[in-house]
Amino acid sequence: MIRIVLPAHLRSLARVQDEVWLEVEPPITQRRVLDALEVAYPVLRGTVRDQETQKRRALVRFFCCGEDFSHEAPDAPLPEAIADSTEPFCIVGAMAGG
Amino acid sequence: MSAIRLLVGTRKGAFVLTSDGKRKNWKVSGPHFAGWEIYHLKGSPVNPDRIYASQSSGWFGQQVQRSDDGGETWQPVGKDFVYEGVPGTHQWYDGTQHPWEFKRIWHFEPSLGEAETVYAGAEDAALFRSRDGGTSWQELPGLREAKGKLWQPGAGGMCLHTILLDPVNPARIFVAISAAGAFRSDDSGQSWLPINKGLKSPYELPDPDAAVGHCVHRIAMHRSRPDVLFMQKHWDVMRSDSAGDLWNEVSGNLPSDFGFPIDVHAHEPETIYVVPIKSDSEHYPPDGKLRVYRSRTGGNEWEALTNGLPQKDCYVNVLRDAMAVDSLDECGVYFGTTGGQVYASADAGDTWDAVVRDLPAICSVEVQTLP
Repeated sequence: MIRIVLPAHLRSLARVQDEVWLEVEPPITQRRVLDALEVAYPVLRGTVRDQETQKRRALVRFFCCGEDFSHEAPDAPLPEAIADSTEPFCIVGAMAGG
Repeated sequence: MSAIRLLVGTRKGAFVLTSDGKRKNWKVSGPHFAGWEIYHLKGSPVNPDRIYASQSSGWFGQQVQRSDDGGETWQPVGKDFVYEGVPGTHQWYDGTQHPWEFKRIWHFEPSLGEAETVYAGAEDAALFRSRDGGTSWQELPGLREAKGKLWQPGAGGMCLHTILLDPVNPARIFVAISAAGAFRSDDSGQSWLPINKGLKSPYELPDPDAAVGHCVHRIAMHRSRPDVLFMQKHWDVMRSDSAGDLWNEVSGNLPSDFGFPIDVHAHEPETIYVVPIKSDSEHYPPDGKLRVYRSRTGGNEWEALTNGLPQKDCYVNVLRDAMAVDSLDECGVYFGTTGGQVYASADAGDTWDAVVRDLPAICSVEVQTLP
């Protein structure tokens, strides 16, 4: 199982209170995690990545194990701690504003 | 006894305000979709409990929510707004061409006669239609063929913000786009004509009489006279008696003819309302006095309505979709401000009360008159 932390806006949209736990087939990559998330919560389609291009939306970030993975390739393996659910895959709204 | 339901979209959520026909005591429900920008909500005239909400976020994009119980509960519906074919380019701020890109929905307009049909006005400017209650959306691409390459974004974006459906001729639709102008279709949205003759934009356009490119802020009509249109342009309040074929200025004695909303009294087709704003760079009322102006002569002669509105130190704005009228015997008028106040008048504007004072900045106000 993979743990996913959503930002507050997306938790309310998906109507979840806390972390999301999802079954994801290995190898665990950003693309597979997001694919699984969108299958489980279709309302989140298009909120994290563009529906057509599949590119990350400009003001969305991915944090794993205290590091920014936003610019990693979507098919690059994520850290083992994500794969074994020690750490969550965090989807974050980028800082903006004053 | 009749009831009133106000649908208020704000920068940080939606609010539903309800009252009986006296319009004195209000119940406030919300925020719905807390933290999201709600550009617009609107109920269906066919089924008033069917309400659409445009929910968007600069971070997470566009959602469409639908309620079938008058705003008590909501369900996400279709949000796939895909331009038909290759949408091409429009003019960008620097004069270069820029590809069409969907950003958000500014306005919903449910059909006057078909319960499942609703129109949506988009940024970048396009008109979409759903015939299944918002589950799926199809663009009416003929609109972009009306000189779309020459359209350009206004300061708020290149948005299609006004959709008027002709209550007499179902095939006729009017839309307005900033900054492209006003357009009319006489064949249910298949083909479109720019209807901007008579508009003059000497400070915004190299050709002040251009066919397109005018920054139209809002258009309004009375349902009994769909050929008579009133327009608040960037500067100038305008009137057309020919379904937009020709416009004449009716700014008259307004303290400023810049503004955003314009609306028509529910029972008096020659009574119209605007909220003058000082200028395009100073988006607040002249002299710090929040004044609605009413004309009972279809323009040119205006009176200030101030009773109950702040008359000093007021520097809020009233956005284009943030004014509405109810259809009770004594027409109610409502507007919301960027300072979070919703003002209501139960006597056609003679006196005003603040229904709420401290909402987030208000994007839109719509009203439903319920049996």
